Order: sequence, then structure tokens, then C-alpha cells
Amino acid sequence: MSNLVKLTINDTPVEAPAGSLLIDAAKTAGIEIPAFCYYEGMSLQAACRMCLVEIEKAPKLMAACVVPVAEGMVVRTESEAVVKARKTTLEFLLTNHPLDCPVCDKGGECELQDMVFKYGAGESRFTEVKHHVPEKQWSPVVFYDGPRCILCYRCVRVCNEGMGVGALGVVNRGVVSEIAPSHGDHLECDECGSCIDICPVGALTSGAYRYKTRPWEMEHTGTICTHCSDGCKTTLGTRNGEIVRGNNRDRSGVNGEFLCVKGRYAFDFNHHPERLQAPLLRVDGKLEEVSWSRALQVLVEKFKAVRDAKGNVGVIGSTRTSNEEAFLLQKFARTVFGTNNIDHHRSGDVATLLDALSGKTGALGTSADCYTSKAVLIIGADLSQQHPFLANQIRANVRHHKTPVYVVTPGAVREDKTAKKAVRAGEDWLAAVENLKGSLAGEKELLVVFGDAVKGEGLRKLVALGDSLGIPVKYIALVDYANSRGAMDMGLLPDLGPGYHAVEGKAGLTLPQMLAATDLDLVWVVGANPLKKASLASSKAFVVVQDLFRTETAERADLVLPAASAYEKNGTVTNTCGEVQRLKKAADTVGAKTDLAIIGLIARGLGVNLGKVDADNVFAEIQKTVRGYNVPLPVIVTGGAAQTQPVNGRVPSNVLPDLIRSAGDTLFTTGTLTKYSKVLNEVMEGPGGLYR
Amino acid sequence: MTFSPQLEARFAELLTHYPEGRQRGALIPMLMYAQDEIGAVTQELMEELAKRLGITTLQVDEVTGYYSMLHKKPQGRYHLQVCTNVACMLRGGAELYDHACKKLNLGHKQTAADGKFSLEEVECIGACSWAPAIQVNYDFHHEVTTGKLDEILEGLK
Ligand code: SF4
Ligand code: SF4
Ligand code: SF4
Ligand code: FES
Ligand code: FES
Repeated sequence: MSNLVKLTINDTPVEAPAGSLLIDAAKTAGIEIPAFCYYEGMSLQAACRMCLVEIEKAPKLMAACVVPVAEGMVVRTESEAVVKARKTTLEFLLTNHPLDCPVCDKGGECELQDMVFKYGAGESRFTEVKHHVPEKQWSPVVFYDGPRCILCYRCVRVCNEGMGVGALGVVNRGVVSEIAPSHGDHLECDECGSCIDICPVGALTSGAYRYKTRPWEMEHTGTICTHCSDGCKTTLGTRNGEIVRGNNRDRSGVNGEFLCVKGRYAFDFNHHPERLQAPLLRVDGKLEEVSWSRALQVLVEKFKAVRDAKGNVGVIGSTRTSNEEAFLLQKFARTVFGTNNIDHHRSGDVATLLDALSGKTGALGTSADCYTSKAVLIIGADLSQQHPFLANQIRANVRHHKTPVYVVTPGAVREDKTAKKAVRAGEDWLAAVENLKGSLAGEKELLVVFGDAVKGEGLRKLVALGDSLGIPVKYIALVDYANSRGAMDMGLLPDLGPGYHAVEGKAGLTLPQMLAATDLDLVWVVGANPLKKASLASSKAFVVVQDLFRTETAERADLVLPAASAYEKNGTVTNTCGEVQRLKKAADTVGAKTDLAIIGLIARGLGVNLGKVDADNVFAEIQKTVRGYNVPLPVIVTGGAAQTQPVNGRVPSNVLPDLIRSAGDTLFTTGTLTKYSKVLNEVMEGPGGLYR
Repeated sequence: MTFSPQLEARFAELLTHYPEGRQRGALIPMLMYAQDEIGAVTQELMEELAKRLGITTLQVDEVTGYYSMLHKKPQGRYHLQVCTNVACMLRGGAELYDHACKKLNLGHKQTAADGKFSLEEVECIGACSWAPAIQVNYDFHHEVTTGKLDEILEGLK
């Protein structure tokens, strides 16, 4: 490691690696130096002067956020001069700042408020009239109130450096300087809200949250974002059972404080007025609300009849329900109905990847690898649009480690800008990667992140090519939604059971085959919308749907059961990298039940014993029986992410590459849920929509 | 947007002063020379330079707004900038500015009807050692008193 430098801070001897900043060295020694503009991971700004300290032999106070430690340095952070300077700095920051904290959206969690409380002067010498400008709305999401801004440049840097968007800047000078959006009077950007989150004061506020509550009136629940498959931890703030805010300021989870527009704001589908709150039964051709007991009675009778008559059953599972629910669903189908007609919407060829990597260890990439790997190859994926968090990790990797990134995509992507090489290739991606072989072999290691174009034989060739590079190579197979990966791992597949074991007996029907079959007696759809653009051939089939909304599939159903969302349940999900994390219940919808509870109730009605149906118990069974899932429970229980072990054995699958197709969501869409998120629809009509 | 051949030549020469990939460093002189030719830093100019230097228009706007020698609107033939920032203020900058207002019958960022003078109160122009300082177009005047200001103004035709 780097050499240690010895210095003294407040008469305490401190050691810090050479080159580290004084502010960080103090922090590791437990000494807080107050700061506004300094922000870990961002470029240095030295704009606010809050971090001034006294350094012996220096002619004046120095900004600890930009001064590197030096041997023998003697520093004082609480001397009379420093204390006075802080008071003055705060007095200056408040020159034009409104003193209306009781009605400011940031009140209670404002860094300026806290600093003034701790270090500030109780009085101001300024008697001049405060310079005032009106508040501005820049997008459905972002509002800017100039007078509150302390010009710390955090928002500008997080947007430029963190997001790679560069939609914010500082215009003018002196007392009239202010933050400005990319397009004159409005923003065209990712609408991620990172700028709002990082703003220490109430200058930037979000359309989704502002003036809904006082921060201390919320309860906070850290759970996993239910949108894309990157598995960001989002801490949901609820008030009176309603989710009013999503952020991750405590930096728990794989994503630190990163969240995209979906994880931060698109929780609003949860309280959409069209959420189903009572079961619907088809009576005289029309869906009518019925009680849960009536619904279950009909359902159990139907299931019993089909089971006893050995009828044909098709089961379609979800890419968003928990591992426990997926596991229990396939267990029910396989043991109660004795069928392998089970499938889900597949979006990435994990089965072939695991098979091709059989016998290798350490070849599955994690989200952390995106930040640490010494080289990255992206194939056939618009990461910034479809996997915002992984894209953010790779951007940070480039920013902090100058990591070379190779891009092979059909069209232009944001990653091009900082890539070492960007090549345009679609179906012919393999040839393009072969052309890069020389450069890739020169890297120390490689992380390959690939989309749905890479599957079947092509994927095997890619792994062979990786083997031939002579360097350690890891892979991430991208999939679409929060638990697309878990759905596969749990065996929602007609030829593979949990843990990618061959099924007993004959492989079942695939999803398209189920839709095309004319002889199905029962179709059970849990948290999926296969009939969005297709129809069901079997007209005699009794269709049972568990969902949040009356989807196209629900419209064809004979019985619809209102399901709880991912934010309303406990359990686990597995992200695209195979990292298992815990869902924690944050809210409730009256009348809805979790899919796990529903499956449990049906089993009880049928007199079938599936074991104790609660999330913890089912997870214990998953840990025991699903290959790769013997992950350390404490990691998960404490809110961490545990990567599943590689399956490490052949996967006996006859992968049908045609079935693997990503839904191609963008930053502002999220499959069926898109329709029910007000925020996503607003940004699409507004500025965000112009952004491809 | 098109510029005179002379300006284009100047731009081309300027860009050779900066290492490959750092051409954005030429932004300030480009803005100044273009302003001299066009009369102001227009939106169109900002967009054009952004395109040429591979930066965003907002980044050009940031620079333009920061420097008091760059103007988004055309100024009078003689543009008078009076510094009232700390060093100058302590040495009579504010009084100087008030005097200029009265003398020219203009306020902050105003231009006379005949287009001869325009006036602006500015932040530090980097001449603190000789405060109070003023700037007329590109010329600096140091340790200015109200009397000296009158003389300067009278000397301008
Ligand atoms: S919301 Fe827009 S302006 Fe703010 S950080 Fe995100 S991309 Fe940048
Ligand atoms: S808006 Fe907030 S984050 Fe941005 S400069 Fe102002 S105070 Fe800092
Ligand atoms: S990157 Fe994916 S998981 Fe993370 S907040 Fe966005 S949609 Fe959710
Ligand atoms: S934190 Fe050091 S100047 Fe702002
Ligand atoms: S304060 Fe007037 S020139 Fe610096």
C-alpha cells in the first residue's frame, strides 16, 4: 500500500496514506471537519470555505478538502480562528438565504440548518434586503429555488461526472449566480433526481415528494427496487401507509446512493387508483367483484377438478415476484398438478452461460465488479438506458480508475463517449468482438456485460473467446426485471427445475407453446401479462390471474386475484448479477394479498402440504435445495447482497434462443407497470421524452 | 453560423495553441474575438462555439455569464464597468459607481439612447491592488476618483 504520513490533528497523532486529503484523514481519526462542497467520489471544488482549518506555518486558514496530508503537519480544527471563520462563512451563506425553515421542504434534514445549529452565529450583521428570485420548475421532477442555493456545485458535479449527463451548470457571477438547466428554461435529462438528493439544502426539490410531509413524519423501509434487474436498494419513506419518497441516502445496498428515475420516483404505481382491491370473478361473461372467500372457494373447486381429472395445466410466472413465490409456484405446479408446463418471459441466456462456465470459479461478475474490474466489454446493451445502475458503476470505474471500456452495440450509446473503443455491430457482434481480441488480450482482466443478442451457440463462442484471452474473465448476462434472474434460478422453466436441474419426466410447454395450445383446461398466470400482445388459443381454459392491475391478461381471466406489489411483501429477489437481496414490506394495499399467501391459501384449500408458507421458511428451503443459493443468511438479513454460487455443473437445457428477448425498456419505461406510473408518463411527455 | 475569413483564420490559429483533446481551452479568446466582430455573445454564437469545441451550450453559457468582459447584448460604443467588490468598495468604488450613474444618467446594464455610453456595476476585475478600478472597453483605469472619472469620460469622443 501507499506510504503512511504522520501528522497531528488537534494534538492527536494521526496516520494517513500519502496523498489523502486532510478532511478524509481527520474523518478516519474521528475528527469531523464540516463541509458542504466536498463530496466523496466527486471532483474537488473548494467553493464553500466551510472546511477551513488552521495549519501551522501556513499564512492563512486552509481548505481541508483540497489540502493533501504532509509529514509533520500540525492541524487545528477547533481553534479560535477556525471557529470564527466558520461563523463568518455561515453568516455569508445566509446573506440572501431565506430564513423560513419551517416551510422549507428540506427543513429537518438540511445540512445548512444543521451546520448553523452546530457552528453558526446566532446573529447576522447584514441588514440589506435579501436578493430574491422566484422558484423555477425545470421538469416534472426537478424544481429549483435559487435563493436557497449555496452554490456548492454538488448537483452540477453529480450530473456531469456521476450521471454523465451534464444537464446542469452555474451561470452568472457573484450574488446573481445560480444553477441553470440544459435547455434554457427546462431540463432534458435522465430525470434521475440525483441532483435533488445530493443538494444539501432545499434549493432542489422533487415534484414527486415536495410539500407532502415533514421528513420526520415518515417511516423508512429499505427494500429492493422492483423495476430493472440491477437490484438497487431503495429506501421508501411512508406516511400513513402511503409511499411518498424513495432514496438511498444511507448508502446501504449494492448501489450506494445511486438510483435512477424508476427507483427514486416510480414507486407511484403502488398507489395508482386502478390497483385491484378485490377479487374479480367472471359472472355471465363479465368480471365482477367478489369476496376473497368466494374467490378461493371457486378457485379451489376448479383446481381440485382439474387435478383429479388430470387436466392440462399451464403456469406462467413472474419476473417481479419474489424468489419464494416463484419457488412455491413451480413446486405447486410440479407436485400438485404434476406438470412441467411452467415458464416466464425470458430475457437473458443465463442457462447457457452457467453451462458454458461449468467447472470455472469466479467467472460470474457482480455489480461491484463493474466498478472494480480493470477492463469492461459491453456487448449489445444500451446500459445507460436499460441498466442505469450498472452503467453508473462503469462510469465511476472510468472516472476513478481510468478503466478501458470497449463497446460493441448496434447504435450509439452514452458509454461511447468515454470508451477506449466503440464499435457498431448488431447480429454480427461476435465478429466485432473477435476484431477486438488483440486489445482485450492486453488487459489485465475483463468483465463482459452482455444483452439478449448474446445467447445459445453465440454465447458459448464468446466464453471460448474469453478463455483464449489468457486473462481472468467474468460475465454478466443482462436480464430485464427485478427478479427475472430469480425466476430462472427458481425453475420457472419447462425443462429446468430450481437450480437448473433437469426436470423429472418430460419437459413441459414453453410460454408461446402454452398460448398456442388448444387443449389447456387451466391457465394460471402469476404476476405476468403474456396476453398483452398475444391471445390464448385454448378457448375452454379457465384462466386465473394474480396481478396488481386489470391487465390485458386479466381481461381474459375467469378469476382475478388482487396481488400485493414487491413493496408490500417480504422475501428475496436476485439481480442480474445473481446477487440475492431482501425485500422488506413498506406499504399495504387493502384487499391485496401477496402471491405467496395466495398460493398458500390455495394449497390449504386443496389439503396439500407445501410446508410452512412464510417467506423465511420458503427461503430456508431454497437455501437447502436450490443449487447456488446456499448463501450466508446474515448478509441478507442485514440488508446486504450475497452472490449466488456458480451452479458449477452442466446445465441440461435445450435453450431455445428465439424465446430469449429483452422487452427493450428505456430509462422511462418498465413493462406493464409503465402505464401506472404517473411520474414516468409525465417525463415521457415532457422533456425526458425527447431523450431517446 | 459564418464568421469573417479573418476571424476564421484567427480561430484556426488559436486552436493550435492547445493540446489535442483540450481545445475547449480556446473558448474564452474565441468568445472575445467573436464578440468584437458580432457585437455581442448571442445564443447562436454560444451554440456554434459549443459545437466546434465539443462542449454543451450550457458550458459556454457558464463562461459567458462569469466574465464581465463578455456581453450577451450589444453595449454602447464606450462600455464603462465600475468595480464595487470588496477592495474597491473599501476605497470608494460604490461612490464612484453612483457618480457614474448620475453623470451618464444611466443605471446598471443600461445603454444611452445615442449608443455612446453604457454602464455596468461589476464584481472584481482583478485590479484590486489599484482599487478602485474601472474598465472602459478593454482599457483599465486605476485608483480612480470622481474627478479622474470625469476626465476620463470627457476624453472619450
Ligand atoms: S435529474 Fe437530470 S439534472 Fe438532475 S442529476 Fe439527474 S440527469 Fe442531472
Ligand atoms: S442547487 Fe443545491 S446542490 Fe446545487 S449548487 Fe445549489 S445548494 Fe448546491
Ligand atoms: S437502476 Fe434499475 S434497480 Fe436501480 S433504481 Fe433504476 S430501475 Fe431500479
Ligand atoms: S468543503 Fe472545502 S471548500 Fe467546501
Ligand atoms: S475588488 Fe475591484 S478590482 Fe478586485
